[in-house]
Amino acid sequence: MPALSPAELDALRLSLEIALRSVAYSLPLAVLVAYLLARSRFPGTLALDALVHLPLVLPPVAVGYLLLVCLDTQSPAGRWLQAQFGIQLPFSTGGATLATAVMTFPLMVRAIRLALDSVDRGLEAAARTLGAGPFDRFFSITLPLMLPGVVAGLLTAFAAGLGQFGAVITFASNVPGVTRTLPLALYTVLQEPGGEAAAMRLAVLSIVLGLFGLVLAELLARRVYRLLGR
Amino acid sequence: MLHLSVVKRWDGFKLSAQLDAPTPGIIALFGRSGCGKTTLINIISGLLAPDEGRVELDGIVLTDTRERVAIPVERRRIGYVFQDSRLFPHLGVLANLRYGLRRAPRESHSIAFDEVLALLGLEPLLARRPYQLSGGERQRVALGRALLSQPRLLLLDEPLAALDAARREEVLPYLERLRDRLSIPMVYVSHQLEEVLRLATHVALMEAGGIVASGALSDISLRPELQAIVGSEAVGAILDGTVGVVDADQGLAGVQLRGGGVLRVSLQAAAVGAPIRLHLLARDIILATEAPRGLSVRNALQGVIGDISDDVGNAVLVKVNVGPGVAVLSRVTRHAARDLGLRPGMRVWALVKAISVRGHAYSGPTLVGSGSGGSLG
Repeated sequence: MPALSPAELDALRLSLEIALRSVAYSLPLAVLVAYLLARSRFPGTLALDALVHLPLVLPPVAVGYLLLVCLDTQSPAGRWLQAQFGIQLPFSTGGATLATAVMTFPLMVRAIRLALDSVDRGLEAAARTLGAGPFDRFFSITLPLMLPGVVAGLLTAFAAGLGQFGAVITFASNVPGVTRTLPLALYTVLQEPGGEAAAMRLAVLSIVLGLFGLVLAELLARRVYRLLGR
Repeated sequence: MLHLSVVKRWDGFKLSAQLDAPTPGIIALFGRSGCGKTTLINIISGLLAPDEGRVELDGIVLTDTRERVAIPVERRRIGYVFQDSRLFPHLGVLANLRYGLRRAPRESHSIAFDEVLALLGLEPLLARRPYQLSGGERQRVALGRALLSQPRLLLLDEPLAALDAARREEVLPYLERLRDRLSIPMVYVSHQLEEVLRLATHVALMEAGGIVASGALSDISLRPELQAIVGSEAVGAILDGTVGVVDADQGLAGVQLRGGGVLRVSLQAAAVGAPIRLHLLARDIILATEAPRGLSVRNALQGVIGDISDDVGNAVLVKVNVGPGVAVLSRVTRHAARDLGLRPGMRVWALVKAISVRGHAYSGPTLVGSGSGGSLG
């Protein structure tokens, strides 16, 4: 395969950047939400659970549309963001990142929650008797023990993030070099007559990226398990 | 002093326990599985809150529902050794040991790291990970970890229950050393008489969510409730004493009983002055209504029958007071009791074979007691 064209490189870079940034931003929140869902007994748990999982069951285009309704520059929230921070989400890389994060959030929460459920509460009780307060306990015992689940959640969300299409194109549109990721680029060339060859190149690029990600994930998982001494 | 007066209810079960036990020393919570022992120490540790009541240790109120005092677990400074050790799997032995030490307030440091390593023989294990340890080694590390957190009190929840007999024998001497060298009070949960015999300085007998008796082991050993826990074969008086004279040639030692009287027992190795605890099984004690002559038995303790209670099968359990505060139990058949006309207040001689007495080194250098023998020759 000949060298990548500037447009292809842009799409690749954007895909990686958006997927990476979306998991990086959503990780702390996902851990918090997973913790609330797994451990707390407040009445809103069920509603929170449903809300988090909504993007899994909605058509991605609907998610993008809802984001647009909520955060468009004409909406109150959009105007506030613009006024306070100068942030304009639609038609921006930030918007694409947000749409990707929302779509992949439930995957991350589910993996982390499963890991949290498998952490032996007895070990946390032991840490308590040894003088560890709540935060200390979480960072010294709970978090390290659920690390495999966190890594699994990160990787699943990252992989799913690379392929986001509907929500991204609806909310952030298809702007070359700004929001045009690999799937969006692939879609674009398919709209043009005679774009099959270009589409094939992008498809192959996606496959290579995917395989690379899978191998990396496996290596990382092994490393984490060794760290935990299993 | 450890003071407990707590109530905890949940469906189908009620724990209602009162206890005042001296500290330091090892307080054994002794009772059958399911009688509430673990629930009680969870309340002491703070992991469980009582519905009502008070927990006080050496003048510090840990829990008082009426005064709304409930010191959080992490600030109680009460060490806890769990049955399943609960070592942190993501940390090595060294990091496990340091976990509590690093979190203990500086001014409370009284047990040094090296001291604990030496007491528990942990040096060779430091570089290992928990999954590379045997069951006995795990419990030793767990003990060390709890001790290094500089606790005011150490709770041990059947720490040997998950180990086989050989591994248990590997850990018990360490526990004896801790009791004798450190002044940290401990509460030791167990349903094994052997462990209580070797370790306890004070015993609280638990049954169905309550403490039915509390006191020195010698007193508790006479309680009928004990039989339900230890089984009828192990019923018998437990006496504390010190080794008086030793006749190495004969393999005999005279044990000066606390409360008066001397008992000659067979001991292979004994140091004069060493504290020792004797277990006189009721089935090995013979009663005579006259001073015996021409018998091989080495001990004839003169005493007065206290009371006679029903025992298993067609036997009765006779309590004989042989000195001020010293009593032994004898199991005799109903038939024999009737023939001899045994009744409370009667003068009798309790015959104890020297070879049938189990001697347990207690708070002192290790002594090896002989096993219990059969019937008289």
